Parts: sequence; C-alpha cells; structure tokens
Amino acid sequence: MADTITFSEEVSNLLYATEGEPLKTCIQCGTCSGTCPVAGYMDHTPRQIIALINQGRKEEVLNSNTYWYCASCYHCTVRCPQEINISELMYALKRYSIWKHQHKEGLVGPTFSEAFVKMIIRTGRSFEPILAPSYIFSFNLREFLLEVQNATELLLKGRLPILPARIKRMDNFKRMLGRIIPMGGLE
Amino acid sequence: MKEFAYFPGCSLEKMAISYHLSALETTRKLGIKLSEIEDWNCCGATAYYNIDELLTDTLCARNLAIAEKTGLELVAPCSACYKNMYFTADHLKKDPDLADHINFALEEDNLHYKGTVKVKHLIEVFVQDIGMEELKAKATHPLNGTKVAPYYGCQILRPRKDHEDVEQPQFFEELLSSIGATPVNYPLKMRCCGGSLILSSRTAALGMVRNLLQSAVDAQASVIATACPMCQVNLECYQQQVNQEFGTNFSVPIMYFTQLVGLAMGISKKKLGIGKEFVAVAPSLLQAGQN
Repeated sequence: MADTITFSEEVSNLLYATEGEPLKTCIQCGTCSGTCPVAGYMDHTPRQIIALINQGRKEEVLNSNTYWYCASCYHCTVRCPQEINISELMYALKRYSIWKHQHKEGLVGPTFSEAFVKMIIRTGRSFEPILAPSYIFSFNLREFLLEVQNATELLLKGRLPILPARIKRMDNFKRMLGRIIPMGGLE
Repeated sequence: MKEFAYFPGCSLEKMAISYHLSALETTRKLGIKLSEIEDWNCCGATAYYNIDELLTDTLCARNLAIAEKTGLELVAPCSACYKNMYFTADHLKKDPDLADHINFALEEDNLHYKGTVKVKHLIEVFVQDIGMEELKAKATHPLNGTKVAPYYGCQILRPRKDHEDVEQPQFFEELLSSIGATPVNYPLKMRCCGGSLILSSRTAALGMVRNLLQSAVDAQASVIATACPMCQVNLECYQQQVNQEFGTNFSVPIMYFTQLVGLAMGISKKKLGIGKEFVAVAPSLLQAGQN
C-alpha cells in the first residue's frame, strides 16, 4: 500500500509563507487562545484547533468555525513561544476548506472571499457595493436595515463610490493572472 | 524635499477620502512629496489569502514593480496594504524561485520586479523621516492637552517586520505628544478592532468594537486616533450599531492621525476632510487646532 501523509502534514504543506511550519512543536500552552480577541466566538480556540490537527481529527477541523472567525491580527503569531505562525495556519485552513468545498453551515466567509477575489480579477480594484450579495442574506431584517442606514449615510457624506474603479491595463492584468491561476476556476 | 512613491489603496479613494486628503496636505507642509504610483491595483486585503497565496503575492508584486520604476521608497497609509506589500517584498527577496515565477506573470504587463523596494507605512514616515522635533516645531496650533487614545491596531506592528516593539510600542504616543495632545494609556491599544470580520462575522466584530471603545472611554479619551482606514470605518461607522446591540451610549470621534497633525499645524478642517464623520469632532478640538 502506498504511503499516505497525515492530516497534520497535509495542513503543513499548505503553508507556503511559513514553509517548515512546526505545528508538531506546539506545546499546548494556550498563549494563542489567551491572546486571541475572537476566541470567545470560536467553536475551538486556536490551541484546540492545533491539537485537533495534530491528532488528525480532520472532520472536526473542517466543521469548525474557528479559522473563519480569525481576524488576521497576528497577535497570537508574535507571542507563540514555539514561533508557529498561527495566523498563516488559519489562512491555510480557510483555503483547505474552500478547496474541499466543506465548511460549517451558515458561514459567510467562504462566499465573501470568493466574491472579493472575483471582483479584483474583473477590475483590479475593490468596490464594496458589489460584495453585498455575498453577506447581506446572512443578516436578519434589523441588521439589514442598519446596514442600509450605514450605506446611506456613507453615500450622503460622499464616502461611498457610485461606480466601480478599474485599472487601466486590464487586458495585461488578466493575462498576468492567467499565468498564475487557472482562470476557469474563478471566472 | 524628500519624495516617496505613494500607494493610496482602494479605501482612500472614497470611504477614507479624509485620510487621503489629510495625508497629502500635512506631508506637503512638512516637506515630503507623496507621488501616487500609476495604475496600481488592489493589495488584496485579507480575502486573497483565503483563496490563494501565490495570487496575493502576484498582485502585490505588480504594485512593487510599478513602484520600483520610480526608484523611491513605497508608502502605504492603510495597515492592510502595508502588511501585504511588505511581506510580498520579503517573500520575493527570500525565495528566488517564487520571484522567477511571479516575474514570468508580470511580463504580461511589461513589468519586472528586481526586489529593491522598501515598503513603509505612512505613520513611519511621520515618526522616522519627519521626526518628533520637526512635528513639534511645525505645530503652531498645538492641541492643548486634548486626551487622545492612540490606536495602533494590528498590522502596523504585526506580524513582526523588523525589530519593532510589538508589546509596548510608544511611537504613536510620542507623535501625539509632539503636537500638544495628551496620549492616554489604555490596555486595548494594540487589540484588533475586528475590521476584517465586520461583514462576515458581525456579532464577533461588534463585540470587539465595543470592547475597544469602552477601553478608550474608560481612560478618558475624547478622541481615538487611527492610522488605518479599516479601523476608522469599523470603529466609527459601526458605533451606532454597537450602541443598539449592547445598550451602550458611545459617541467617540475616530480621527486619522494625519487630521490631528493637520489641525495642530493650523490647516483648515476642510482641507483635512473633517466634516465627513458619522460621529462629529468636538468643536473644542477643532478650536484647539485653529487658535
């Protein structure tokens, strides 16, 4: 039988920026969880998610909201005594979950991220109104109205763009991205 | 006059136009020229990383290559843009294979990145290139002890970029002191505001905004100073929603540090983009700056 790699190794392989990521060296001290400003809203704290990965409990990891609640503030990363780049790990788990088309129900993050990237590929610039459909349906009526109120006030204060901005060399830009990603995947 | 290549970023075009206006106005008066780079693209914020790392580095590398042609250091006023471009420059320097791969893509836009660009955050230009002495000398209308909460947020400091103090930084306090304000000490000054979560994980983000506002208010701050458009929008535009959600009564103006520096230099509030806020700036502060 061919050798297979463990879930923990699979996750480590997803980390380009932190190549050689020592997930295995985690000593479970909990500094990350104590530092994390979002830990209270996560299904598993950062310490727990690392423990689950190292134990190969893939299904629990894939069904956790933890990494989609990571705010990318890197506070855990600068404090980890084992120098594990936990924020990059959270990004890697998001990518893994998108590729596997598996995530906890009701999360906005996956659709929002894809909508964001598609927007950039089309215009080269960010244009907030285009993103609304990816999250607005997750709001209840009250939240929806509050969001409309915010948008209206921004508009009145001249802080909301009416038309999307576009970079000039759009054709070059698209061909450039074509050399990096299979365009079929996101178009 | 020292010149920098300037990457405003998408937010500064509209949502954070006040930051753009006040950055240009104050630097000009402080002898710094910010020259916007041509045809820049979005840095990717946090969302690119969720999809693909190579894509993030490529998009940031395009901006770096455009900036490199100017031979100047590159300045970003937004902490997220700064962090992304800083680390792309870092990755490309450390990994020649990655640089080759990305340069192959950049050829399509007739660009090539050699790897020479130094990326700075706008606040570093004020702290390092202009310096406290110069700021103090130019502060003809000092802010008379206005209590300001310096809000560092996340990505100016983290992840660690060089040898900066990521636990007890003081440069924002020093900057505020140099223009006559009194910086308040509050425990959450480097705690994340939840900006990247406000649309996707609203409950968590509102809770984070609430904690931050409370911490600054408890320390008697009458205004919170920020160096990031994401933090400004999150802390200001969602203040009302926090009040409704938690039954609080916050009304704290959130200003860009460049607006405070501008007021202290006697620049008119219009030129600093003041007047576009959800939470109005107190007339006393505006006066302090104009007297």
